[in-house]
Amino acid sequence: MRIDCQEAWKALSAYLDGYIDPVLRAQIERHVQFCEVCSAVLDSTRNILYLTADDRVFELPGNFSERLHARIDEVLQREAP
Amino acid sequence: MAKAEATPEQQTQVEMRQAQESALIGRILTGERNCFHDLIRPYERRIYVTVFSMVRNAGEAEEIVQETMLKAYRSLSGFRGESKFSSWLTAIALNEARACLRKAGRQDTFSVDAEFENEEGECQPFQLRDWREIPLEMLERNNLARLLQDAIQELPEKYRTVFVLRDVEEMSIEETARLLGLEPGNVKIRLHRARMMLQNRLAPALQRENPARRGIWAFLRRRP
Repeated sequence: MRIDCQEAWKALSAYLDGYIDPVLRAQIERHVQFCEVCSAVLDSTRNILYLTADDRVFELPGNFSERLHARIDEVLQREAP
Repeated sequence: MAKAEATPEQQTQVEMRQAQESALIGRILTGERNCFHDLIRPYERRIYVTVFSMVRNAGEAEEIVQETMLKAYRSLSGFRGESKFSSWLTAIALNEARACLRKAGRQDTFSVDAEFENEEGECQPFQLRDWREIPLEMLERNNLARLLQDAIQELPEKYRTVFVLRDVEEMSIEETARLLGLEPGNVKIRLHRARMMLQNRLAPALQRENPARRGIWAFLRRRP
């Protein structure tokens, strides 16, 4: 059975995460083989998720860690947990 | 990218880490206070990103992360190990960030719900036909990082929080649901909508700024 673009979009997130019924997975894969719009939507969404996981997107402020541990040290010196 | 289920190897690693953390917590509570540095070090970055995505200000986010860690230290004896230490830490951070937003009277001013949902409540993706690759220089110049940060920060809070916990902190659906007091099904719906909103927002911008070049995604896809 074929699915349309709306059905493919609805299942896109589950498809990318892998928690999807194998039949629907196969239908999506068949659909994107022939639908250039859905293929581009799938690629662009997947790429946004890859980017989100890239450390360079969210950089820590300079010396963030040093300041954090210095502040913690001040408290560790004088307080028990 | 966050995965739905951990492999047996990943599960073993998680259990080993939890055992190490329990041991560290035991040492801290019995007087080896300096072990607290080792306990929180693996989570500094993701807690910062989570908080930053909430408060949208680097200085405030840093202050909140510091307060979160100090609160965790002072409450450590109350940590019962019923959840992961990382989830417990994230819960404290979210509370601190929300308190900061409440105190400042700041709320989400940008709501894209109506814009992106049709009458059935489904989000529509941006229907591009050709997804070109993004040049490496763009990522290096921070343009892309900035675009993505802005797009995440402009998500309505209920979508943003789920997206950040799941796709930045890489928590499971179940962990995210527990932390936010939601059903797993709601987490999946919010996550889907958040991703569609980001696709809708970013795809045209990236397509516009992007010259006809391909190949960088092969580089990004090599990342584990």
